[in-house]
Amino acid sequence: MTVQLKFLNSIVYFSDLAPAELESIRKLIFEKTADRAEIVLLEGESAANLYFVASGVVKVFKTSAEGKEQTLSIVRPGESFSDVPIFDGGPNPVSARAMSPVLLYGIKKSDIEAILGNNPQIALNVIKVLARRVRHLVSLVEDLSFKHVISRVAKILFEHIGGENGPGPRLTQQEMAAMAGTAREVVGRSLKTLEEEGAIKLDRHRIIITDKEALQKIMEVSS
Amino acid sequence: MVEMPVLDPTKCDGCGLCVGVCHSNALAIVNNIITIIETVECDWCTDCELVCLTGAISCPFEIIAQEP
Repeated sequence: MTVQLKFLNSIVYFSDLAPAELESIRKLIFEKTADRAEIVLLEGESAANLYFVASGVVKVFKTSAEGKEQTLSIVRPGESFSDVPIFDGGPNPVSARAMSPVLLYGIKKSDIEAILGNNPQIALNVIKVLARRVRHLVSLVEDLSFKHVISRVAKILFEHIGGENGPGPRLTQQEMAAMAGTAREVVGRSLKTLEEEGAIKLDRHRIIITDKEALQKIMEVSS
Repeated sequence: MVEMPVLDPTKCDGCGLCVGVCHSNALAIVNNIITIIETVECDWCTDCELVCLTGAISCPFEIIAQEP
């Protein structure tokens, strides 16, 4: 196993630590790999380890009772997930899936408690990470007044239909999100819902308005 | 010609996250820069755009009305 001290130092949790402290943490790390699409954390289960992404990308999401997924965050190298259940002792509030082949660095829950006790700087770093996480989630909660967003997304599609005068402008989900005043993840889910309701069809790079009347009805829902 | 995601090489830092998440073998790193490989396997999942931190890769949608 070749956990690099330099990489460890780049993880926010372990920033501003002396080499000896980093070395003591390195000894507690175990590696775990996952293939693309493999679930690495399941909502509702108890958590035994804290994970950091060493390489690859992990998607953190929640699943509704109807089986719909809502992406909450994308975890890139150097970032952590499964923090919350480790620190509050409850079950996983979210699930996580590898978006690519990933290498994870894990630390057992019992070892985390010892690390925090011995290193006040790490405790401060953890507080910073969790505070940023709360800020991100508060912003997502604001964006997730879903009933209003879907009518704004429908309006954006309606206003940008290409036609007799030539093709309309192409829009990324991020651009639609900026126009709708919401998050990219919410636009993605809105498009899926509009497709389920029969108003549009997603065909690779094309959004085909299949039922203009249905789209207009959705637009008219007050926001 | 197959429509493919749009790459801005000036923004690409070669991190390779997009290559890792692509399940269609439509992306590769060549000389530290992402290269797009035209393939019908690309299903426009937009995961490459989602994971890119620099905005180097984008998957714009064309919006059209179905013929009655």
